[in-house]
Formats: sequence, structure tokens, C-alpha cells
Amino acid sequence: MARAVTTQRKIINTAAAWAVGLAIFFPILWTILTSFKTEAQAIADPPLFLGFDWTLENYSVVMERSDYAKYLWNSIIIAGGSTLLGIIIAVPAAWSMAFVPSKRTKDILMWMLSTKMLPAVGVLYPIYLLFIKLGILDSKIGLVIVLMLINLPIIVWMLYTYFKEIPGEILEAARMDGATLKEEVIYILTPMAIPGIASTILLNVILAWNEAFWTLNLTAAKAAPLTAFIASYSSPEGLFYAKLSAASTMAIAPILILGWFSQKQLVSGLTFGAVK
Amino acid sequence: MGRITLDKVTKSFGDVNVIPPLDLTINDGEFVVFVGPSGCGKSTLLRLIAGLEDVSSGQIRIDGEDATNLPPAKRKLAMVFQSYALYPHMSVRKNIAFPMKMAGVPEDEQKRRIEGAAKALNLTDYLDRRPGQLSGGQRQRVAIGRAIVREPSAFLFDEPLSNLDAALRVNMRLEISELHNQLKTTMIYVTHDQVEAMTMADKIVVLRAGHIEQVGSPLELYREPRNKFVAGFIGSPKMNFIEGPVAAQQGAHTIGIRPEHITASASDGMWSGIVGVAEHLGSDTFLHIHETGLAETMTVRVNGEFNLRHGDKVFLTPEMDKLHKFDAKGLRI
Repeated sequence: MARAVTTQRKIINTAAAWAVGLAIFFPILWTILTSFKTEAQAIADPPLFLGFDWTLENYSVVMERSDYAKYLWNSIIIAGGSTLLGIIIAVPAAWSMAFVPSKRTKDILMWMLSTKMLPAVGVLYPIYLLFIKLGILDSKIGLVIVLMLINLPIIVWMLYTYFKEIPGEILEAARMDGATLKEEVIYILTPMAIPGIASTILLNVILAWNEAFWTLNLTAAKAAPLTAFIASYSSPEGLFYAKLSAASTMAIAPILILGWFSQKQLVSGLTFGAVK
Repeated sequence: MGRITLDKVTKSFGDVNVIPPLDLTINDGEFVVFVGPSGCGKSTLLRLIAGLEDVSSGQIRIDGEDATNLPPAKRKLAMVFQSYALYPHMSVRKNIAFPMKMAGVPEDEQKRRIEGAAKALNLTDYLDRRPGQLSGGQRQRVAIGRAIVREPSAFLFDEPLSNLDAALRVNMRLEISELHNQLKTTMIYVTHDQVEAMTMADKIVVLRAGHIEQVGSPLELYREPRNKFVAGFIGSPKMNFIEGPVAAQQGAHTIGIRPEHITASASDGMWSGIVGVAEHLGSDTFLHIHETGLAETMTVRVNGEFNLRHGDKVFLTPEMDKLHKFDAKGLRI
């Protein structure tokens, strides 16, 4: 028998879901609202919700004062580049783990994931010094490499779980049909794994886009992405909440829009193939 | 041509020895069925021939050439899998074309062969569909189509019918047999279903724990099983085995008699017992008889009209010339 859901219960559940959803979304909403206030209204007590004089002034000031396009471009290159590089490395890695596992495969997977448990700041010095030595401090290529490395365990894990769901017999059939390893990956595995690869790419673009620790510590001006753009409005000139909010809104807008349009992919990606 | 020879082939997975040294010759054009209970190594043997598993030692020759270390694609064999293993993101046409694409067959030749296979397998109307839109039987036919177009020297079937429902299985069995008659290509077919083995094979290879128990035509295996295992495995329902004084009288440790070689009567006979479950098939009835003092249950095939009920007393008489005798090791005497 299906579980009976009473109307009353439905209302309570819906209300609760909305409340949780709004609570999660509220900081973003508040940031967006604040970005349209004047500096005085932004710090008004009691806080103003909607009843203030809407202004675009903050945006024009932010646009005037900093080169938004440059930061945006850096973010796109860093997030896109690190994800692309990660995928190129992770597809063969996940393939071998999923289809020709050895006794140690599970251990390697766990070990890879365990690197994510390490606090990033613990390796800041070695990496910083390495970057100086290699002359890639404040360069896009440096950040592409670092962000690729920190997200690689997640990319490999996600692809591994997706590949695991592809029946081995199909790949064997391809082998019987005369496909070489390369053809097997190109014609059979990749097309079948496209939904999984797409959600992996999406999730990693978001992770890389929002990554602040390394992007702030390893860049100065040249390669600074949007995270640095937001940070530049936070402390040195005192607290300009409205301008900070405008900068934040501009920084999160691209990824918010991307996320909105790919919700379905994202959800299936985050559930790691648990829902078939 | 498709003559396949296995020469002292072995296979171990780690410490587990799945196939002990095994010799087998499959002649060109033969329909050979590997049959045995699950875990007997029949699928492993097929995969060794296909090249999907590497042999641990020994040699596999295809048409006289050493193929032991050849990759699957170079062995000129085609395989049909239990799960069909179709490419879900390709249309039926592309599925069938895939092996030819890999082999670099010219486009117009590809087209000709696809159309030929589609016609032979009743798939012409489905060529542009995806495998997901087809029924189980149609999918299996696509898998066979994909195998045919390669024009292989032998076909390998790995339990191809076990995912189909009973009625469809009987149909596909006929279709595959028909295909073999048309193509006259060597076919190796793995199944755990002895009915499939009996009805389709030219030659049956009965396997147990990686050992070949017996090789022979279906009727040879039925009439002269080399040991108790083969005797019990081939034939449905199973052969009755009797031990003790009755067997000793015949100078054997165990005697075997098939259900169809026992006559049942309500009035008189050599042995007696009580009717338990009666399975009515219409034409025939299988009686399971208890309290015979011979074996726990005896199975007897009687005419569908035979009228005895649960709990009735029944008399049994074996056909003495159809008796199988085995020694203490289970070998045929």
C-alpha cells in the first residue's frame, strides 16, 4: 500500500521546505537587495527590507573602480581550464579503476579522497614557495594546475561511480567488435557516460569558481579571479557594504545563472548516480 | 572456416584454479554446446576462446593458427552476450554497423550487409530505433545481427536466451538453430539449460568444476552417459538413482533408470510405492513416487491419461535393457 499523505501533512511539509529553502537563500537575497541600497541604507538599523530607494549607483562605482571583465575572464579561464584538465586526466584514471580494478583500487580511491581532508593551509607554504621557484605566482596557469589538483579526487570519484554503472559486457562487446582501447573510450564509454561527465564538469566548474583560499593566496593582480574582486571590496577602505554587495552579486551572477539552467544535471551529479 | 583447438588450456584466478588442463577440439561448422551447473567454468572457457580472458597456460588454436595471445578482435570470432550488450546510445543500424566500421568495411558494403542481416532477422522496421525501444527478443536479434555481419569464423553465445521469457526462448532456440543450418558456421553455445543443449547441439560438452565430464552427441550422452553426473544432468526429468541391494543384484553400486523407462501400473509390477505429486503436462504426467524402499523419490513418466491420484498405491517396472549401472566412483560399468 502506498503511504497515505494527508492534505494537512502536505501543507506542513511544503511550508517547512519553503522555510528551509528561504533560510538557505536568504544571505544571497540580502546581498542582492543590499547592492541596490545606498551605503547609509545598507547599514540602517533596523535593516530595510524592500522599502528603500533603489539605486544602481553601487554598480557604476564598482564598474568604474575595477576591471570586472578582467576578473570575470580570469575566473572563466581558471574554472574552465582546471575542470577541462582534470577531466582529461580523470577519464582514463576512472576507466582503469572501474573496469580493470586491482586489489588496491579501493585503497587508492580512499587515499585520493583523504587528501581532501587535509586543511589546505597546511600546504600553503610549500606550494607558495614552489610557485615562486617556478615563476608561476599570480599566473592563470598556476591556478589552473592547483585547482585541478585539489578537485581531481572529486572528479575521479564521480566519474568512477558513473563508469561503474556501465555494464562491462558492453565494453567487452566493443572489444570483440574490434574496437581498440582508444576507440572503446571514444565511441562507447564516453558517449554512454556523457550525462555523468556533464554533471561532473558542472560541479567542478562551480567548485573552482567559488574556490577562494588558493585564488586569494596565489594571485595579486594579473591572474586574480572574481573571488579576489570581491575581496578587494571588503577591508582596506573601510566597510562599504553596498559596494561589497554589488561586487558579490556581479561575481556570483554568472555561476548562479549557469546553475539555474542546469539544475537537473547538477542534482543527478550530486547524488553520485545513486538514483538510477 | 572455424576449427578451434584447445591444448592443455588452464585458467586460474589468483589461487583458484577454475580450469584444470583441458583439451578439446571443435570442428568447422559444428554446433557445440557447453553445459553444466553454474560455476562449472563453462562461461570462463568461452571467454578464454573469445580472448576476453587470458589463459594461464596452454594453447588455443583457431584454424591451425596459434591465437593464444591474440586480442579478441583479431580472432575473427563474434560473441552474443547474455545481457545482449548493445550500445544504448546508437541506433540498431549503428549497432550492427559498429564491427564493420571498426574493420574499415566500405560504406556500401556495410549497407548491403546490414540490410541482409535485418531482413534475415526481421529487424528491417526497427533499424532506426534505439535498443531501449525494443523488446528483449528484438534486442537479442540485434545482438545476433551484429555478430552475423562480421562474417566470423565462429559464433560464441554466452547464455543468450536466459533473459527471455519461456515462450520467446523456444522461438529463439529455433531461430538460432535455423541460422546455423543456413550459415554452417561453427557455433559455440554456453547454457546451463540441458534442454537447450539437447535440442540445439551437434556436440555437447558437459563440464563440472572445469573438467570435461563427457563430450558427445545429445543422444550419445542420453544413452550412454559416462558417469553418474552426466546421467543425472542430461535428460529431464532427472534420472532416478537406486543404491543398495537392488543395485547389488545387478552387480553395480548404483543403478540409474530414466523416468521414461519405467512402466507404472495400478495392479502389478516389480516395485511398489505411493503416488505423491503428479505434474500434468497434458500429453504426459510426471509422477513423484514415495515409499518405494529404493530411493527417497522416484520420478516416472506416464501417459497423460494415466489415472492415479495422490496417495494411491502404484506398481513400477523398469525396462531392464535401459538400466544404467555405475560403480562406487560413479563411473559407468
